[in-house]
Amino acid sequence: MLRGKQTWWFDRRPVIIGEATVVGPDEGEGPLAADFDLVHPELDMQQKSWEKAERLLLEQASQMALEKAKVNKQQLQFYVGGDLMNQIISNSFAARTIGAPYLGVFGACSTSMESLALASLIVNSGSGQYVLAGTCSHNCTAEKQFRYPTEYGAQKPPTAQYTVTGAGAVVIAPDGEGPVVECATIGKIVDLGITDPFNMGAAMAPAAVDTLTAHFNDTGRQPKDYDLIVTGDLATVGHGIAKDLFARDGVPMEDTVFGDCGLMVYDVQKQKVQAGGSGCGCSAVVTYGHLLKRLKKGELKRILVCATGALLSPLSYQQGETIPCIAHAVAIESPLHN
Amino acid sequence: MDDAYSFKDHQEEGTIIATKSAGQNKYKKMSMSPKEYQNFAKTREPSRSILANCVRAFLIGGLICIVGQAISEVFVYGFHMSRTAAGSPTVAVLILISVILTCLGVYDKIAQWAGAGSAVPVTGFANSMCSAALEHRAEGLVLGVGANMFKLAGSVIVFGVVAAFFVGLVYLIFGIEGH
Repeated sequence: MLRGKQTWWFDRRPVIIGEATVVGPDEGEGPLAADFDLVHPELDMQQKSWEKAERLLLEQASQMALEKAKVNKQQLQFYVGGDLMNQIISNSFAARTIGAPYLGVFGACSTSMESLALASLIVNSGSGQYVLAGTCSHNCTAEKQFRYPTEYGAQKPPTAQYTVTGAGAVVIAPDGEGPVVECATIGKIVDLGITDPFNMGAAMAPAAVDTLTAHFNDTGRQPKDYDLIVTGDLATVGHGIAKDLFARDGVPMEDTVFGDCGLMVYDVQKQKVQAGGSGCGCSAVVTYGHLLKRLKKGELKRILVCATGALLSPLSYQQGETIPCIAHAVAIESPLHN
Repeated sequence: MDDAYSFKDHQEEGTIIATKSAGQNKYKKMSMSPKEYQNFAKTREPSRSILANCVRAFLIGGLICIVGQAISEVFVYGFHMSRTAAGSPTVAVLILISVILTCLGVYDKIAQWAGAGSAVPVTGFANSMCSAALEHRAEGLVLGVGANMFKLAGSVIVFGVVAAFFVGLVYLIFGIEGH
């Protein structure tokens, strides 16, 4: 049901009954390596193209999520997913393999929480028993489509971010064992006129602030009601800006732990990732790999994941357009909480 | 969980209020104009030292030139070529080295450190073509490699030819014979 202006409250408490994450070599060298289900040692994953490799990531993640949830292909009712590629081809091909009725969504790097929110809504409304939500990104496909050929020698500025190679998928059901999806706040487009595609953290920060503020106001909650609040991929520059914007507007984020998936997935000091991680896979692998495990263990009672997306295209920024940004927040509760 | 803010409440309230109501805080929405924010965001960009970048570019760019000079000397003294004749094979060897380094995935790593130092010499041009060819091999030889090889290098050719045309025009008008 709707609460406030833009928050869906899932009163039937849909459960994440299975989750899986698959990542590439750089994420496998990061601090969260132990939390991922499968780490590929090579970027190409023995595939003939980067695009095929990205698709493979998602296929493997969704298959493993279904296995963990003990749900077979015939039982799966819907698949909701998206990615960064033109016409979200990675998901279309993966959905062909998955074989379930499919809703393709695009929210750039916010797709992880967008698909999770929609899947939870389907389950909460009783429109589906088992719904799969998934997303993926690959460093090389993103470089190829949005920037330069992967081996091209162009110097990246320190504000640039490193697209995560990885995929995450979850199975949502009305009941079962696992973390509970409590509510989701759907963001609106926020565009404060940043045009630099190498500074997406700064472009997306206001969107995250907007959605999180709306979430607090819609639900009547405060930052301290969460053990952890993470943004999707604001990285060093964007996350610092978001913190300052909250401080400026008097939102007490210091009462909680305020992190960023883009800063968690890599060791930003040691790995050459400029400002930090980004991409659909970034918030997906951190949330579904790392954070759900901590929720299951009871280390965290309740978290809020605010995935951020920069909805630009190579065409739009070459034409001098600004970067429209969005953020979707989903609150997840530990199964041990009640 | 309490239900302090139902849908109806918000309908009636209309806009977000910054005062305490029902014992809970309502946070005010971000209030920064785009111009203000852009200026603020600018101050949060980590600074890039132009001097350090110039020094690095000078060192790597210079190093590539030294390598080129050494190759040229080999052709002059080892193969008894004239200095002019040694130019073409020297460039060919540099291009070959650049292409090999690109294929091994090393050139982009050097470039991240060297900046313009590895972009300006002929090796940078070779890297731009080779990387595009590699990247688009999956789309086939004609529509992939053929159509995309000059994706980055194309503008260098276009503006090079245009510049040459205007320089030629100047020579023609002022009657200066090239020497």
